[in-house]
Amino acid sequence: MTSVTITVNGQSRSGDVEGRTLLSTFLRDQLTLTGTHVGCDTSQCGACVVHVDGEAVKACSVLAADVDGAEITTIEGMANADGSLGVIQQAFQDHHGLQCGFCTPGMVMSAAALLKENPKPTEAEVRHYLEGNICRCTGYHNIVKAIMAASGQDVAPPMAAE
Amino acid sequence: MHNFEFVKPGTVAEAAAALTGEEAQALGGGQTLLPTMKQRLAAPETLVSLNGIAEMKGVCSNDAGEICVGGGTPHAVVSRETASSYPALSKLAGMIGDPAVRNRGTIGGSLANNDPAACYPAGVLGSGATIVTNTREIAADDYFQGMFTTALEEGEILTEVRFPVPEKADWQKFLQPASRFSLVGVFVAKFADGVRVAVTGASEDGVFRWSEAEAALSADFSAGAIAGLSVPADGMISDLHGTGAYRASLVKTLTSRAVSGA
Repeated sequence: MTSVTITVNGQSRSGDVEGRTLLSTFLRDQLTLTGTHVGCDTSQCGACVVHVDGEAVKACSVLAADVDGAEITTIEGMANADGSLGVIQQAFQDHHGLQCGFCTPGMVMSAAALLKENPKPTEAEVRHYLEGNICRCTGYHNIVKAIMAASGQDVAPPMAAE
Repeated sequence: MHNFEFVKPGTVAEAAAALTGEEAQALGGGQTLLPTMKQRLAAPETLVSLNGIAEMKGVCSNDAGEICVGGGTPHAVVSRETASSYPALSKLAGMIGDPAVRNRGTIGGSLANNDPAACYPAGVLGSGATIVTNTREIAADDYFQGMFTTALEEGEILTEVRFPVPEKADWQKFLQPASRFSLVGVFVAKFADGVRVAVTGASEDGVFRWSEAEAALSADFSAGAIAGLSVPADGMISDLHGTGAYRASLVKTLTSRAVSGA
C-alpha cells in the first residue's frame, strides 16, 4: 500500500491505496466524493473528468498514487461557497443541459476546462471540445447552449423537444 | 486489473534502475497502458511511472535548430508549444484523442507503444526525427519496426524526440470516430533535400514511408505530382471500419490534401 495525499476542492485528503487504485476509485470509494461518475471505465465516455493541477483528465485512467501531491477539483468543488450552483452548473439547469444526469459531472468539468482556456468559445469550438464526453440523452444541443450561456454569450431560449 | 507495485522515480537514472526488475514496465500518461491492464492484456509486477521526471518534460529548441520534446511531455503541451515553431506537429498533437487524453498522454508513451493507427509515429517518421533514449540516439527510419514493435530494448527509456523543422509540412487525419485514432493519417514534410511522406493507420506493418510519392513530390511539390500514382491494397489493414482498398485510396487522397495544405 502507498500513502497518498491530495488536495481535493481545497481540502487536504489522505489515504492508503494499492498500486492499481484509480483516481476515480480513490475519490468515490475512499473519499466518498461520488459526484465523479464512472461510465465506461475505458477512457471513452468522459463522465469521470476531473481537474488535476488545473488540467481536465479522465480519473478512470489515472492512478491515484501517480497524482500524490496534486491539486484536484471535482464536481463537488464547482458549487459556490454557500452551496448554490456555480455559473456552469446553473447554466446547465437553466438550459436543460441534462436529462438523466449521468454524464453531467464530466460535462461540467470539461466545460470549465474549456472556458478557462477559451472564455468566449464559438458553438463549433464547444462541440469540438466535448469530443471526449458522451451523452446519450440530450443530443448535446442544450449542453452546448448551457456552455455558451455560461460563457456570457447569447443563446436561443431552451427548447424541450429538440 | 491485477495489482502491482507502483514506483515513481524522480530521475531517468533511477527509472532505468527500477526497470531492470523482473516484469517491470514503464508508465507514461497511461492512456493506453491502463485500459490495456484493465482488460488484463498486460499485467506488470512493477509499474515505473515516468511522470515524476522533470528532465523529461517540456519543449525547447537546440543549437541545430531542432525542436526537442521531452519524452514525458503531454500532447496538449506539445500542441501549444509548437504552434508557431512547427505548426504541422502542433496540429497533429492537437488532434490526438480528446482534450482530457491530450492532457495526460505523452509523446514517449505513444512512440514506445507504436500502435499501428497512432498519430505520433507518422509525425516522427515524416519529420525524420531522432529518438533519444537513456542509452543512445535512434533515427526514426530505424526505430519503427512493425505493429507495436520498436527498436527500444527491454527497460530502455525514451527520453526525448528531436524534430528537424521542414520548410513546409501538413498532417491529414481521417478520423476513426469511435476510437479517435487515425483510420488513416498522412504526414508530409518538405525539406531542402527532399520530401518525406509517412502514413499511419493503413499498413499491417504499422507506420511506413510512401517512397514513390516522396520521389514524385521531391521533383515537383504539388498535388498533381502524385495524381498518376496508386497505392496497392496488399498488406493494408482490413476491418469493419474500412477495407484495405479503401485505406489504400485514403493514403493517396490524404497525401494530396497534405501537399495542398502544407
